[in-house]
Amino acid sequence: MTTKFTPDHEYIRVEGSTGIVGITPYAQEQLGDIVFVELPVVGKTLKKGDEAAVVESVKAASEIYAPVSGTVTEINPALSKEPGLVNADPENAGWMFKIAITDANEVETLLDADGYSELTL
Amino acid sequence: MASPKEQPALSREISQGKDRGGTHTRQPGGALSCRLIPESVPMAQDSAEDLQQTPLYQRHMSSGGRIVPFGGYALPVQYPTGIMAEHKWTREQAGLFDVSHMGPCFLSLTQRSGDPAADHAAISAIIEPLICGDILNLKPGQIRYSLLLNESGGTLDDLMIARSPLFPGGLYIVVNAGTKEADFAHIEAAAGKRARLERADSAYALLALQGPEAVNLMAGLIPEATDLGFMTYAAFDWGRDKVFISRSGYTGEDGFELLVNADEAEALWDVLLADPRVKPIGLGARDSLRLEAGLPLYGHDLDETISPIEADLGFAVSKRRRDAADFPGARRILAERDGQLIRKRVGLIVEGAPAREGAEILDGAGTPIGVVTSGGFAPSLGKAIALGFVPPEHTAIGARLLVSVRGRAQPAEIVPTPFVPHRYFRKFV
Repeated sequence: MTTKFTPDHEYIRVEGSTGIVGITPYAQEQLGDIVFVELPVVGKTLKKGDEAAVVESVKAASEIYAPVSGTVTEINPALSKEPGLVNADPENAGWMFKIAITDANEVETLLDADGYSELTL
Repeated sequence: MASPKEQPALSREISQGKDRGGTHTRQPGGALSCRLIPESVPMAQDSAEDLQQTPLYQRHMSSGGRIVPFGGYALPVQYPTGIMAEHKWTREQAGLFDVSHMGPCFLSLTQRSGDPAADHAAISAIIEPLICGDILNLKPGQIRYSLLLNESGGTLDDLMIARSPLFPGGLYIVVNAGTKEADFAHIEAAAGKRARLERADSAYALLALQGPEAVNLMAGLIPEATDLGFMTYAAFDWGRDKVFISRSGYTGEDGFELLVNADEAEALWDVLLADPRVKPIGLGARDSLRLEAGLPLYGHDLDETISPIEADLGFAVSKRRRDAADFPGARRILAERDGQLIRKRVGLIVEGAPAREGAEILDGAGTPIGVVTSGGFAPSLGKAIALGFVPPEHTAIGARLLVSVRGRAQPAEIVPTPFVPHRYFRKFV
């Protein structure tokens, strides 16, 4: 299991050929209180960089992009009732969607934890 | 991120731009990084140099305020606890706001006659031709919300005008940050040599203390100020000089706005914050609080094309001025008041994702009929609310409409404003 990051503050936790996508603790802190999360429909095909989800804070909407290409296999159903999970536990209970990864090589192009943390210093 | 100069108005910063009503343009660097990082790190040297600091800037920094460019000033959009907590704190306790970016000024007759009534009439005659409010009949110390109008009845700004309780022929005026240069020039041009406008926006700081505990705090600090009724002001001794305190605000709560000498601003800020009932509140919660209170924000819910009647601010067109029809755009505004109206500001409760500024409003059949001018999440209600303009036939309370958010039509219902009841202090004499 490995976790990679985008410069846009998404993470993808890779388990076999599936990736679990959410936003980083840094991103949720910067966004502030999340009040609404719009998730993709299961079965949707995304290319790397496509808009996949939207998180709304009190003051703004922010797009979440697909870190890699693939097909959405599952979404986090808890977020519709409890969007604040993204703030409280972004890396676990606040995950957003799972994606069946089309091209494992795309994962390799993403940032590792050290590379990402340098961005947010 | 746009440079500070391209972001003149309040909620452009707060709601983060007009691009999010319907269309989301991806910006270089990605959405999150573009929207967040520039706000969270110290601003680039060149843009920081363009920004003015209020006398309380160091206090915002030391309190962990997230500084953003706003109306040419470097101001905190939030403190570490975040907008939601700041918003709720203000509704339940007392919030302290730095609104020193606003445009307070004093307008005084150049030559007084010695007859107080004549002097007040003279200063009223200078300001009234620019606005639709009755200033002549204000009592000393009384404040009136009014609108600076252009000749076609559109709104140049909304502002507070008060009759000085200290000397005849004086007015205390507060205009919006983004419009203050133009407003001051407009008022000075109208005054000519008859009156002098003294800006109070750099020599003073303007603080707002808002919320149900505000009056109890004031009782401990300047007890006489608790005698002020809603929309009145007076000068009080505090520190080395006078503090001008008004019973007013922009949150829908009881509260005070305090104009204090810049060199005493930090001391006043500190003494208020030393009380555990008070927390500092940033621009983000200021916007969500005023939105819940149904109060328009200039540059968004009001602009040079929007009339007072369209904006549902008919109360600000005073009866005496209506009868005389002697204000800018009177013909249009009076006709609109008689029902010849093409659009009107309404409040909407939106189901689902917040509809932000620029979102289209559709009728039940999906035909576009209007646009959202302010929208967001209402922390006190736990749902999305919006202000917008629609044709009068669609303004009935309870009417079911749709708003388009990211290309999807979501149900919305017309509701009365304020969304959250005002709790102003009403003094019954």
